[in-house]
Amino acid sequence: MIIDSMLPALVYILIFPGFLFLAAYGLFLQWVDRKLGAVMQNRVGPPWYQPAADFIKLLAKEVIVPDACDTVMFKVLPYFALAAVVTAVLPLPVWTDAVYSFQGDLVVVIYLLTIPTVTFFLAGWSAVSPYAVIGSMRVLTQLFAYEVPMMLSLIGPAILAGTWNINEIAGFFAAHKALMAAQIPALFVALIALQGKLERVPFDIPHAKNEIVGGQFTEYSGRLLGFFYLAVDMEMVVGAALVNAVFLGGTLGASGAAGLAVFLAKTLAIVFLLTLVKVLMGRVRIDQMIRFCWQVLAPLSMAQILFDIFLKFRLQ
Amino acid sequence: MSKITIPLGPQHPALKEPVNFTLVLEGEQISGSAVNLGYNHRGIEKAAEDRTFLQDIYLIERVCGICSHSHTTCYITCVEELAKAEVPERAKAIRTLVGELERVHSHLLWLGIAGYEMGFETLFMYTWRDREQVLDCLELVSGNRVHYGINTIGGVRRDITPGQKAEILKRVAILEERTKYYVKLGTEEATVLARTRNVGLLPHDVALERGAVGPTARASAVKRDVRKDEPYLIYDKLDFNLITHNTNDVFGRLVVRVLELVESYKIIRQVLDYLPEGPIAVKVPAKIAPGEAVNRYEAPRGEDFHYLKSNGTDKPERVKVRAPTMANYPSVSYMLDGGYLADVPMVIAAIDPCMSCTDRAMVYDNKAGKVRVYGWDELRKYGIEHYKKRGVDFTKL
Repeated sequence: MIIDSMLPALVYILIFPGFLFLAAYGLFLQWVDRKLGAVMQNRVGPPWYQPAADFIKLLAKEVIVPDACDTVMFKVLPYFALAAVVTAVLPLPVWTDAVYSFQGDLVVVIYLLTIPTVTFFLAGWSAVSPYAVIGSMRVLTQLFAYEVPMMLSLIGPAILAGTWNINEIAGFFAAHKALMAAQIPALFVALIALQGKLERVPFDIPHAKNEIVGGQFTEYSGRLLGFFYLAVDMEMVVGAALVNAVFLGGTLGASGAAGLAVFLAKTLAIVFLLTLVKVLMGRVRIDQMIRFCWQVLAPLSMAQILFDIFLKFRLQ
Repeated sequence: MSKITIPLGPQHPALKEPVNFTLVLEGEQISGSAVNLGYNHRGIEKAAEDRTFLQDIYLIERVCGICSHSHTTCYITCVEELAKAEVPERAKAIRTLVGELERVHSHLLWLGIAGYEMGFETLFMYTWRDREQVLDCLELVSGNRVHYGINTIGGVRRDITPGQKAEILKRVAILEERTKYYVKLGTEEATVLARTRNVGLLPHDVALERGAVGPTARASAVKRDVRKDEPYLIYDKLDFNLITHNTNDVFGRLVVRVLELVESYKIIRQVLDYLPEGPIAVKVPAKIAPGEAVNRYEAPRGEDFHYLKSNGTDKPERVKVRAPTMANYPSVSYMLDGGYLADVPMVIAAIDPCMSCTDRAMVYDNKAGKVRVYGWDELRKYGIEHYKKRGVDFTKL
């Protein structure tokens, strides 16, 4: 009996849509991002197996743990980041409805997506190297800049749909496609904030190589670094899936293979937008980023919430 | 918040060459900085004394990988002045042409580096792609992409054919089109403006006081350009503007360099138009008359200075090089103080530093806390001892 209920759960967590699927799709999206960026920058770009090759190479490399650091923390943190990201995908609609769906799972996903960022901070902090410490301080400062606009931007659609369940929000927008257009400002905020969460240009401040070398990951090497990078790749999938579910109606009512196809097509489109942002601009300074997030993104998503409340009353 | 001291260099992603900046940070802000040189001292000046005047051209060319033509032209003018050689007008024009092509390639390279330092990799990729056009021109004229080897005592080694002339004009037209795009990008793109405006301020009087040269000085509204102040080669016959800017910041330095590109295209066209008929070199004896000469040259990074002393043999007695980066270092430490850590790579890159060209060696006695200078005998003794410790005994050879 217990075996019967555990087996599907293990499949969900470890194979699909959990670890294996996320890892494979994450590495694929990394390649898409790199290849698209390269084409936009007039370069050739890497072959499709490059991200996997990079990951395997890192697995084979020696792990060096600095003497001065907190050894246990240093070694455990990459796995924490991975586990949090894998868990975060479970309430999201990937092919049909989500595996585990309940009221309030929107808040749980946001919370789970914050854990990798916190592990990045702790990773840099426990490594005790000037570059890593400065990088980890930047991770935390940046978290306070993008997290609130991101949260606010996700609340708007939730209020309009009248539920805190991601699947129900997706179902609501799949049924009322015209209302999706009204969420464009919040979608914009969410995409920019996601760029900050994934620490990509223009918000790659925590590991700005020209300033602080590897940032929070400076002291990491080998397998541990590989798992951190894999967690970031998988976070990109989960972030795109979250944006897809909340703003773009998830699988649009399709199920099975068709639902998966819709999911893949829409997450690819989101990654295309993220790549475009990455290629079009340079890195900003941390004070400029905080000012932008609080003066532009936060008010914009706040206005979206007010608009959604107003719209909800009109619709009723 | 407690202070953190972080080393920037000698090995660091922001630096292409070894140099060390020790930064004291309070949070993200810099409260103190120090520049430490000496990681790449190559003893070129000393090596030049062991070679003939002609061989020295190829040595001096390797002072810098980017402004190689500037250094040889500066050095060679000293030699020609001592030898009282009349360089043909056509040779002077070709030297000017290569000099300006070199300026274009150097400024485009800088623009790419600036993009890279502010995390704007697309700008880096674009400028370096376009830079290939001018590198192709240089290869066409001299046979080489970086160390052109076109100068020789008394003139130049290769002539310009009408075919080459047409090809250069064609490529300059492409570059001019692209440069217009960079002017627009540099003055309008939001992140470029955010990262360059009011960053690395160097007020006009500080620039004068600290002896800044080249685009660094010109961005602080200092009208300083050897091509205008003391025209050499054929610059007195050319019509071009001295570009200055009054914002005193990295943005100003970017604008000055990009607009100088436009001026360089103008100069290249005029030189190709002017190109007088005649020989490209005169014969100069291997032994140069005794005497001393100094010369200044406007390299892409600023004023390059060479001193030469001859004792009547075929080898110089003393060669002294002061590359433009040396003159700009004092300004860097001024610009870094009080700035943000994130701006450090931009500020350093904005002077377009060439560490190896400018490197000096000194001996710092850590116990006494003093800097001391070694004499030749002492240096030789030190070298022998150093290798003895490693198991090589030169005294027995």
